[in-house]
Amino acid sequence: MSAGMQPRTEKGTGVADPKSRIGDTGPVAGRSSPSAVPQNAPQSTATFRVWRGDESGGKLVDYTTPVSEGMVVLDAIHQIQADQANDLAVRWNCKAGKCGSCSAEINGKPKLMCMARLNELPLDKPVTVEPMRAFKPIRDLVTDVSWNFRVKQEIKPFRPRKPDAPDGTWRMDQRDVDRVQEFRKCIECFLCQDVCHVLRDHNKHEEFIGPRFLVYAAALEMHPLDVEDRVADLKREHGIGFCNITKCCTAVCPEHITITDNAIIPLKERVIDEFYDPLGRLVKIFSRRKKD
Amino acid sequence: MPDYETIDHDVLVIGAGGAGLRAAIAAAAEGVTVGLVCKSLLGKAHTVMAEGGMAASLGNVDDRDNWRVHFADTMRGGQYVNNWRMAELHAKEAPDRVRELEAWGALFDRTPDGRILQRNFGGHRYPRLAHVGDRTGLEMIRTLQDHGVHQGIDVHMECTVVTLFRDGDRVSGAFAYDRERGRFRVFRAKAIVLATGGIGRAYSITSNSWEYTGDGHSLAYHAGAVLQDMEFVQFHPTGMVWPPSVKGILVTEGVRGEGGILLNSEGRRFMFDDIPDNYRAQTADNEEEGWRYVQGDKNARRPPELLTRDHVARCIVREVREGRGSPHGGVYLDIAWIKGRLPDAPEHIKKKLPSMYHQFKQLADIDITTTPMEVGPTTHYVMGGIRVDGDSQMSTVPGLFAAGECAAGLHGANRLGGNSLSDLLVFGKRAGEYAAKFARQHGSAAVDQAGVDGAARLSLAPFERTTNGNGTGGTAGPYHIQQRLQTIMQDGVGIVRREAEMGRALDEVLQLQQSATHVGVTGNREYNPGWHTALDLANLLTISEAIARAAIERKESRGGHFRDDYPEKDPQYGTFNITLKKGADGRMQLERVPIPPMPAELKAVIEEMK
Repeated sequence: MSAGMQPRTEKGTGVADPKSRIGDTGPVAGRSSPSAVPQNAPQSTATFRVWRGDESGGKLVDYTTPVSEGMVVLDAIHQIQADQANDLAVRWNCKAGKCGSCSAEINGKPKLMCMARLNELPLDKPVTVEPMRAFKPIRDLVTDVSWNFRVKQEIKPFRPRKPDAPDGTWRMDQRDVDRVQEFRKCIECFLCQDVCHVLRDHNKHEEFIGPRFLVYAAALEMHPLDVEDRVADLKREHGIGFCNITKCCTAVCPEHITITDNAIIPLKERVIDEFYDPLGRLVKIFSRRKKD
Repeated sequence: MPDYETIDHDVLVIGAGGAGLRAAIAAAAEGVTVGLVCKSLLGKAHTVMAEGGMAASLGNVDDRDNWRVHFADTMRGGQYVNNWRMAELHAKEAPDRVRELEAWGALFDRTPDGRILQRNFGGHRYPRLAHVGDRTGLEMIRTLQDHGVHQGIDVHMECTVVTLFRDGDRVSGAFAYDRERGRFRVFRAKAIVLATGGIGRAYSITSNSWEYTGDGHSLAYHAGAVLQDMEFVQFHPTGMVWPPSVKGILVTEGVRGEGGILLNSEGRRFMFDDIPDNYRAQTADNEEEGWRYVQGDKNARRPPELLTRDHVARCIVREVREGRGSPHGGVYLDIAWIKGRLPDAPEHIKKKLPSMYHQFKQLADIDITTTPMEVGPTTHYVMGGIRVDGDSQMSTVPGLFAAGECAAGLHGANRLGGNSLSDLLVFGKRAGEYAAKFARQHGSAAVDQAGVDGAARLSLAPFERTTNGNGTGGTAGPYHIQQRLQTIMQDGVGIVRREAEMGRALDEVLQLQQSATHVGVTGNREYNPGWHTALDLANLLTISEAIARAAIERKESRGGHFRDDYPEKDPQYGTFNITLKKGADGRMQLERVPIPPMPAELKAVIEEMK
């Protein structure tokens, strides 16, 4: 990514005088109406330094906007969009941390804008809001994440064993389900992909599927019903060896999935068992035959 | 001459939430070519927000449950103006649709013997909701998405449809733009399935995201289809009320299903004060019995917090209005109280309601395992929508189908929690199958060049008008008109309605329809949310008019439609649906359409379950 990395700050045009906006602080594009703000609510403002641009380059632009209790960064972006920059591009949906659309880098940290509370940020200086860096920018805060959708399609889909009961249903123990449910909490915000140095700094998008899809593969591999084998793919096609367990992905996961320890390391162990442990491999083949 | 790309599909599905994905999978399974248009990225649709679960009478937790009980519950909840054929099919087919999801990889919570666990929910007689903690919708959409992408479906992400084309009577295509570059696309299709979800953005307090602007309702209406039941909007009783920026975000009914109680500022459990007659026989009359019910005692009746959503929402409004509300204009929802009943209550709450725990902790600094939540009603769902045939889901326009929230009928005057996710699956599948059948039986249809040119011109018109970007000079900005509309609808056609206020709201909506034709946008066509909002506005204004007109016409209170000036139910109004159609003069025409008589065997089921 280009010009955005060398901040060239400009003052946003049309910044409303905060005094003239008392009683009108509700995020227009958000959920609440302005009347929801009590008349005596303390008025203050904060400045947001927002990256604006596209694939060809961009710059950071300052916008000052009123802040009220409980606001998150996405609220501020919506206010700016409604009052000062109608065409400010941002991707968002649920505004409740459930859809994973509004990923961005806030003061340099990968976060969901809808879950980033302003009271947890220093507002005495501008709050920087930039798009995810591991993906090509489309416009302003929106990046091209389509690569993720293509990668997912290359992973062998779920293939269940034969049903356990005559009525075509299965029996599963909650304990076995729990392990996989952790991975299935993933909201596909791609923050883990954004922070992974293999993708972000080394651009190995063609050779490495990234933490998100290692979690996805783990969810399939550890699914109590699944009988597909993805271990060879993980080694050869999906580049699991590139991961050197820096655990940055785990640190940024808004769903608190223990990506490295619970998903990636067990998958690496399976790859080792399969390819680097000939004795274990023989035992496995033998025991598989016995079962047949 | 506008620049655009033309794309052909046998079946075009518009909307990629649960219903759209299920429809696309069903159509692809019939061997036709399928295109799936999503307004956002794939897998981000509002289905991810569904928390509680999907209702299906599997009978895994209580073997007294079966389709007949589910059917009767759905009709009772909908106050008998439902499309009974849809209610019947839904109750019969939901269990298979849930099991099918499991075969595609969904992992539901389990019973001790390893089957799909089911939970209690409002208006359902037995524990009926298959669920995954409180993130069932995410599990469902991800399962459909991950299965769907291997079925040969062409997915068009971040693409918005602005108008439908017709060839004679039948539908023939759609005009759309892609968000990324703002380029136009003309889809030619033999059949189209609308699965665009709801209309929540017509209101200022809503659980819905920016996408829910009534697109499908409006596209169908302008293509000549009939809308019905638009007066029935569901205000979910429990949305967050504080802090202001999260106002409206949903708090799952699952909290009450797990034992959460509603309290007013005096600490009184007010839901015991007003139990409707038709639910008295199946509602607990004391706290002890209510607790036993949520703990699985089959002889106990359910607590009044699990009455239907319309009723609970009105009770909350009453408490607030009469001065017994919480500091921020809601009431208290308390799940922390169960610590007196369960030894490991905090862990239990975190396990059963993880996203609620997370949501309150992160957005409101509240630990729900120790502190009651403040909640109040939020616009959540529209029961009304496109009038469809119960079996095929085809609208009154040949070749145009609808499924999920944008279709009307299943839920009547009020939807039961949990019946939405199962609705998406049952009728998504049916719509996809029948659309594929229609596509095979009918050849290609033509898209008229003049129609394409007109649609392109209208879409670009906002750029012709100048605005200074804040709506105060030049022409009006799109966000401020949208905000104005939301206030009008919230105040005038909200939870409690009155003739005069609704009349005023309708006048104002009609005026806004005029000002919206002057709305201007800044910037260019590439990922420009101001432009998108301007185009969505037309849909919001159409459905707002429909809601107001239908609500004025129904001079009684029923389900989600409550009139202060007609607070009682009127049996006369239980015999018809209110429909709306675009007249030859371009104006909205309203009609009362009698509900066809129910077959004797279904009547018998309802009698038996009374």
